[in-house]
Amino acid sequence: MGVFFDEMNGSGDRSGGGTRAPYARLEEWLATMPKELRSLKQAEAEALFRRIGITFAVYGEGGDPDRLIPFDMFPRVFSGAEWARLDRGVKQRAKALNMFLVDVYGRGEIIRAGRVPANLVYQNAAYEKAAVGFVPPKGVYSHIVGIDLVRTGPEEFFVLEDNCRTPSGVSYMLENREIMMRMFPGLFRENRIQPIDSYAEILRRTLASVAPAKCQGDPKVVILTPGHFNSAYYEHSFLADLMGVELVEGQDLFVDGEFVYARTTEGPKRVDVIYRRIDDAFLDPLCFRPDSMLGVPGLMDVYRSGGVSICSAPGAGVADDKAIYTYVPEMIRFYLGEEPILNNVPTWKCAERDDLKYVLDNLSELVVKEVHGSGGYGMLVGPTASKAEVEAFRAQLLANPSNYIAQPTLALSTVPTFVDEGVAPRHVDLRPYCLVGERIELVKGGLTRVALREGSLVVNSSQGGGVKDTWVLAE
Amino acid sequence: MRLSVDHITRYSYERPVRGLVQSHRLTPSVFQGQRVISWEVSVKGGDTAAVRGAEFTDGAGDRIQGWSIAGPLTDLSVTVRGLVETSDTAGMLKGYREVINPCAYKRETAMTAASGALSDLAEGVSDAGGALALAHGLSAAVTGAIAYHPGVTHAHTSASEALALGEGVCQDHAHALIALARLRDLPARYVSGYLFADASGTAHEAAHAWAEIHVPGFGWIGFDPANACCPDERYIRLASGFDARDAAPIRGVARGGQPGDEAMDVTVAVLSSDQ
Amino acid sequence: MLSRTANNLYWIARYMERADTVARLLDVGSRISLIPSEHGYRSEWDSLLQASGMAEGFTAKYGDPVQRNLESWLFFDRDNPSSVASCLTAARENARIVRTAMTAQVWDALNMAFQELRQLERQERSSLDQSTLTDWVTRQSALVRGAIDANLLRDDGYNFLNLGYYLERADNTARLLDVKYYVLLPRLDFVGSGLDNYQWSTLLRAMGAQRAFHWAYGGEITAGKIADFLILNRQSPRALITCIAGADNHLARLAKAYGREGPAQMRARAMLGELEEETIERIFEEGLHEYLSRFIGSVAELGSVIHEVYLGGELS
Repeated sequence: MGVFFDEMNGSGDRSGGGTRAPYARLEEWLATMPKELRSLKQAEAEALFRRIGITFAVYGEGGDPDRLIPFDMFPRVFSGAEWARLDRGVKQRAKALNMFLVDVYGRGEIIRAGRVPANLVYQNAAYEKAAVGFVPPKGVYSHIVGIDLVRTGPEEFFVLEDNCRTPSGVSYMLENREIMMRMFPGLFRENRIQPIDSYAEILRRTLASVAPAKCQGDPKVVILTPGHFNSAYYEHSFLADLMGVELVEGQDLFVDGEFVYARTTEGPKRVDVIYRRIDDAFLDPLCFRPDSMLGVPGLMDVYRSGGVSICSAPGAGVADDKAIYTYVPEMIRFYLGEEPILNNVPTWKCAERDDLKYVLDNLSELVVKEVHGSGGYGMLVGPTASKAEVEAFRAQLLANPSNYIAQPTLALSTVPTFVDEGVAPRHVDLRPYCLVGERIELVKGGLTRVALREGSLVVNSSQGGGVKDTWVLAE
Repeated sequence: MRLSVDHITRYSYERPVRGLVQSHRLTPSVFQGQRVISWEVSVKGGDTAAVRGAEFTDGAGDRIQGWSIAGPLTDLSVTVRGLVETSDTAGMLKGYREVINPCAYKRETAMTAASGALSDLAEGVSDAGGALALAHGLSAAVTGAIAYHPGVTHAHTSASEALALGEGVCQDHAHALIALARLRDLPARYVSGYLFADASGTAHEAAHAWAEIHVPGFGWIGFDPANACCPDERYIRLASGFDARDAAPIRGVARGGQPGDEAMDVTVAVLSSDQ
Repeated sequence: MLSRTANNLYWIARYMERADTVARLLDVGSRISLIPSEHGYRSEWDSLLQASGMAEGFTAKYGDPVQRNLESWLFFDRDNPSSVASCLTAARENARIVRTAMTAQVWDALNMAFQELRQLERQERSSLDQSTLTDWVTRQSALVRGAIDANLLRDDGYNFLNLGYYLERADNTARLLDVKYYVLLPRLDFVGSGLDNYQWSTLLRAMGAQRAFHWAYGGEITAGKIADFLILNRQSPRALITCIAGADNHLARLAKAYGREGPAQMRARAMLGELEEETIERIFEEGLHEYLSRFIGSVAELGSVIHEVYLGGELS
């Protein structure tokens, strides 16, 4: 694969090495931190995380449900100029994705124009028939768009995937910063780091801005969680607390007449906006899965008659499907008349004969993913897989080609990371959380995930990934 | 034809339930084949009227009305009474307003999933006469393959199971036809409604179901394999969906209800009031 | 607040108080059984289990009331929903659900109790004696209680927590007192004997009330004095009247905060009124056991009214 671009020392950058400007002060910081102090600080950070209870349960792994996601103290840094471009690119994408959703649940102009194949949208499992013909308040379907980005060079950013439903992880973005500020206040005095703590307030404002027309007075916002057994429950309660809104389960809400109410000790309280952290299928047993115990019977009728807003809107998932992903640049051109600021990763669709042939011929160099998979499961990372793994995957792929897409193995950038031996480069990605309501807003930061194993390109926390604080410097 | 409908659904609960929420699609569709003269739906638990909830027309053109009622309740009745002027449109859904793209009805559900036997049946029909002839052919094939025989199948029987049994009711006919149409790449959907069958008005399947197939150049056309015809002035169309569950005119959940505690009783009378 | 949140808070308190009582029960039982008696210590443990409503499960699982089995059942056994381990786990789980409705200190106290419990569970059983276990539990419950009183906002959540505490304590005091009835059931001629007095004072000890009792009454320990102390004396923190007065106070605060009162307030006030009028003579006339059974029933009824009005979310 050659040399990877390192965001601190600039290796792999043809324009020359040397410490890149955003990291200049971190170099001094590193030099003044002996190993003993580092271990001390690392232990302190871990204790803090455990104390606040931010833990993560890994799907299907059993073990300790109170496991921590490893936190790496070495921050990842962007210059103001670098961020400005990401900011524009992410907002552009979030805007186009929402316009796409309004379109495909309405007249479907982009399909009529032949720019996106009809079957990919209308026969998509995430396309909700029940959402057709209703335009959510402000025309927003996806209120929190998590866009996964990777970097391969100083100017080269690629979008890996879009998350339009309920992207998780923002609590880590906020807690990582909180803990860095507590442990290294000096760093924050020396570097001019843009704050991100307005995220909760902007989220609350965003959610309130899409209250239904029938809402009277101050919109009552709630977060709907599947319950305390869910692995992201901490995040749900954390966000509810930061925003000062109720964290409810389906059983706390009920439909009476044209509205939804919360059961409180003072009697029913009307709810205007539901930030739901449960899947479409579980929202309402009268509309979707009849066996759902997590939802609220009658909720969809109230929603579709404008009595309550649901964020993200039911059906938003059709925009972040991996098969639809390849058409996002087309959406940007179609709806906005602009060229995409952030590029997609070239993608081969195994459903197509020529693409499948190419993928099979080059399996050991490609990353192959399930169209509907997530969490880094059911994927093959060709270059790091053993021969046997590649062959096993080949059989899997041939059995059901249309279930897979393939992408080149990207030379993910590295950021210095604390390891046992000292400091070493590790691969990273980035997920900024774009908020879409009356306005489109993006706090200056995001969640940086880091593959802690040497050479690994898989950053998922379920596969040995960790997290870092992400800085954007003021110009 | 002027048809009167008298449709009562009664639910009773062994142990009182804490409340009920229902979503109805019990209003006749608006299109050239039918015009409502009068129509009223009422919902009562004991002597208390339920609260009217959300009311809107969805993307498929169905009129939806929500209801809720607080308990404790041991019984609930849904009464539909109305008068509709119908005419024969040769099964075509003319002048109907809907937003949804027909392509969305190419998706299969557990009830309409394909099988080898369904596939063989579908492939046996010629499309030499064009899509419309194909659709008629598929409907005839279902009529031939599944005999009308109540009591053999149940609410959750799939198209493939009904075909294997060779017997079923209108729901099974409709599911089978939807499966066949999709196998031949035609969008198809399930329609629930009423059927006036004879002068006594108490004929079998007065609460009826059939299928609609989207035929290029014509749009949606109804086919009733159970009666080997296309819906005409004897039919009243209420709602559509992927399958029987998705197109159900009444859906509801009782809060605090125990499984097995609910009993349901339905009476439907469709009469001609032309005389 | 959400009815479910209020319900979680209420149960955190009930479980913590219950854990405390069960630990004390273990103490009473161990002490009573140290004294030789005609019918052996076995029936006294039976009585204890009967009074606390944990007899059936124990017999089914262990059969003979051997000290070690009793410790397991009352302290560690998760099959016993009222064991200390079950209660502390349930309290912590309820707390985890409503983390944001309490302060970090309260969560810390509950979480620490749970983490330490897990350590105790891993420890060699022979290294843990009964009094160590009882002391540990009463200390944990005091830490949680202290964190609540010192840090928590005096809002409706605070009221629901306290309702849980007072109702559970009322029920538990009544049950502990009732142990005497069961212990003495086989031989009424023990009444007034040295053994009887020893049992009464053990009961006081278990409630941590021996000194308080002597300050308040002085002189000889008599059944009448103890019953008075644990039922009608407002100075006694565990007395039934103190618990009902506490519940009444927190219900009144809720009524004021919400601008409406209903059956819960009425019922609590009626119970308090009755207790205020009550005399120890009349209680003994009715029969202590009968009186306590009736009281336990009333507390349960008050609990279900509170559930109906506030915790179940059915209020319209």
